[in-house]
Amino acid sequence: MASSAMAQGFGGFTALMPSFSSSNRLQLGFSKHLPEWKGSSIVIRLDASFSQSSNSRKRASKLVTSAVVVKDETATSAATSKTGHELLLFEALREGLDEEMERDPRVCVVGEDVGHYGGSYKVTKGMAEKYGDLRVLDTPIAENSFTGMGVGAAMTGLRPVIEGMNMGFLLLAFNQISNNCGMLHYTSGGQFTIPVVIRGPGGVGRQLGAEHSQRLESYFQSVPGLQMVACSTPYNAKGLMKAAIRSENPVILFEHVLLYNLKEKIPDEEYVCCLEEAEMVRPGADVTILTYSRMRYHVMQAAKTLVNKGYDPEIIDIRSLKPFDLHTIGNSIKKTHRVLIVEECMRTGGIGASLRAAIIENFWDYLDAPIMCLSSQDVPTPYAGTLEDWTVVQPPQIVSAVEQICQ
Amino acid sequence: MAPSLSKLLRTAATTAKPPSWNGLRAACTRSISSESYSDKTTITVETNLPFTTHQCEPPSRIVETTPAELMKFYADMFTMRRMEIAADSLYKSKLIRGFCHLYDGQEAVCTGMEAALTRKDCIITAYRDHCLFYGRGGTLLEVFAELMGRKDGCSHGKGGSMHFYKKENGFYGGHGIVGAQVPLGCGLAFAQKYSKAEAVTFALYGDGAANQGQLFEALNMSALWNLPAVLVCENNHYGMGTAEWRAAKSPAYYKRGDYAPGLKVDGMDVFAVKQAAKFAKEHALKNGPIILEMDTYRYHGHSMSDPGSTYRTRDEISGVRQERDPIERVRKLVLAHNIATPAELKDIEKEAKKEVDDAIALAKECSLPDSSELFSHVYVKGFGTEAFGADRKELKGLLP
Repeated sequence: MASSAMAQGFGGFTALMPSFSSSNRLQLGFSKHLPEWKGSSIVIRLDASFSQSSNSRKRASKLVTSAVVVKDETATSAATSKTGHELLLFEALREGLDEEMERDPRVCVVGEDVGHYGGSYKVTKGMAEKYGDLRVLDTPIAENSFTGMGVGAAMTGLRPVIEGMNMGFLLLAFNQISNNCGMLHYTSGGQFTIPVVIRGPGGVGRQLGAEHSQRLESYFQSVPGLQMVACSTPYNAKGLMKAAIRSENPVILFEHVLLYNLKEKIPDEEYVCCLEEAEMVRPGADVTILTYSRMRYHVMQAAKTLVNKGYDPEIIDIRSLKPFDLHTIGNSIKKTHRVLIVEECMRTGGIGASLRAAIIENFWDYLDAPIMCLSSQDVPTPYAGTLEDWTVVQPPQIVSAVEQICQ
Repeated sequence: MAPSLSKLLRTAATTAKPPSWNGLRAACTRSISSESYSDKTTITVETNLPFTTHQCEPPSRIVETTPAELMKFYADMFTMRRMEIAADSLYKSKLIRGFCHLYDGQEAVCTGMEAALTRKDCIITAYRDHCLFYGRGGTLLEVFAELMGRKDGCSHGKGGSMHFYKKENGFYGGHGIVGAQVPLGCGLAFAQKYSKAEAVTFALYGDGAANQGQLFEALNMSALWNLPAVLVCENNHYGMGTAEWRAAKSPAYYKRGDYAPGLKVDGMDVFAVKQAAKFAKEHALKNGPIILEMDTYRYHGHSMSDPGSTYRTRDEISGVRQERDPIERVRKLVLAHNIATPAELKDIEKEAKKEVDDAIALAKECSLPDSSELFSHVYVKGFGTEAFGADRKELKGLLP
């Protein structure tokens, strides 16, 4: 009985494991006989086939095989389970992290003020008391070195979750992330895997100043060997955190400073999101709007105006910044023939720029209008509130862009 | 009311003459200025604690000062204290947003350093920069306008709390990523040596940033090339929420220079700071880099979003405030030497409060920056760049 229920298109999705026959079942979780992972992971693709990498061990599923997510028009909630619990995004991240740490003793957290202080955004609050100082490690202010240490530990099989207190601080660790984290699997001919998760808040906040409003996804996107995802709701935050930790590849999980207090009801059952998949936020017919992270909410706000004006936008939260989920995106473009990308990166060299290139390369024949890309201005983020607002894309600009595309 | 005999006896080897009371009363009605206080008479003060050294001989514990200087210290530090506390309430009323790191408790470091340096010397620090900017000649209006994001701020509202600069007075900021300012500071020292300026650079960092690798890289180069750099560790014992003993194997930051000499200073004693800064400047001009560790304390949390009490006790904070407060120390000296009466000090305090309040009121009236400011100063004009309009539909830009 290996069926996986995949929800496509409508509503959300979930990528979950099929359940296996009892003869092959292996107990998971806090197993006394700790299974040795040999780089196995099960990836569920949208066409309901699944592939396993070599040396796989079948895992018994305590996971729900079909926590299908049904979205209503406003696409705000993510769970239909009658039970389910409400929490804030940072709590969802913590829940995901906690569950993974319980499940696998090799998962540890490394970062500044993550332990006793509880994390500067409270993501790791209470975890040092639960797991001890070595598993939730308070580091000195030395990003370059502790990121390197995380990569080194991962080379031997540990699975560190490295936190940058603000993504911008990870610029100090760029060498470690690009050269070691991204490349070691390749340069060693596959001997070493680097199953780290590098996470932290980034993006333009509320007047945090230029150096604390960085969007690092544009800098990391061309590093081969890295995978990048951006969470935007408590549901996908927990799911992506868990998936990222389970992944054998280095994953950078981009959180956003302004989204930590979003509240949502998420399922009680365990679930994992697919790292490479985009999320259909609002199905539509007129135009495909591709977005991620905080801009999703600006797009949703613009959507209210657009719907009132008679437009029917299809909104996709791309979530996977590297690689792009061209399947979902492509299906949408084949339906609507118009694309608007709304992102928070700078115009020059951002995620939008790459996405636009990828779409042109793959779906040129399906486009009826030039792809529009709304990005932040190519300026350091100013401190003054009004200037900062003009730096990022605002809902009225999204509305006028759609009107322009749909002419 | 003549000064009491006991007070006169308490002053250590003073040659001061008791000031005339008429003169003092007249001084009270003027604005805070130390001009009314004598700068000819010398007062000798002993630093509270001895200096601890690494690879050098300590400077003398006896510091000479004048009534004018004492009163200036008092007025300046009190103004800085008021400024930071006013920033606290402005933050709580959401006129200041984002990050705001306050310096109250550490005023002696800034004031003592200024007393030993000239404006040709450079100072650079990280984000706890409001008082250092003020000490370098920034005005209260520039401070509050910048904090509130107005165009009359020192960075025209584009920098914010962590990006104060005053190039003409040798204040180089104002930096958000800790540790990064130390290589910059060594670069300033390099330029000073290159242009034979006979001046030094004081690069400030905290006990948290002391663990950054780039500090050691910069120190190594400064020592190799004998740059006039003084690295000042403002050790307030907590790197945000992490105490120094949890972040540093060796919290003796003054010793970390290894081949570079170091001096540990009571950072709450403005005279110790002044003496150490003078000593360091002389050393750096002749022999290259030296490290100063200022043992200081911040009363506020790391920033306005940190209560400051989850990783230290309130007793500790109030204990330091009672025993080591820098302004209280100067106040006691002033009273002990009969330079001013408590009433006169009260007037100076009122004056400072008024100045701060006036500056805030004025800053509140200042306008926000214009939309065209979004694109100004990205590049230096004249290289073919064109400004974008705020409305995306007009965008046109050429870059060389």
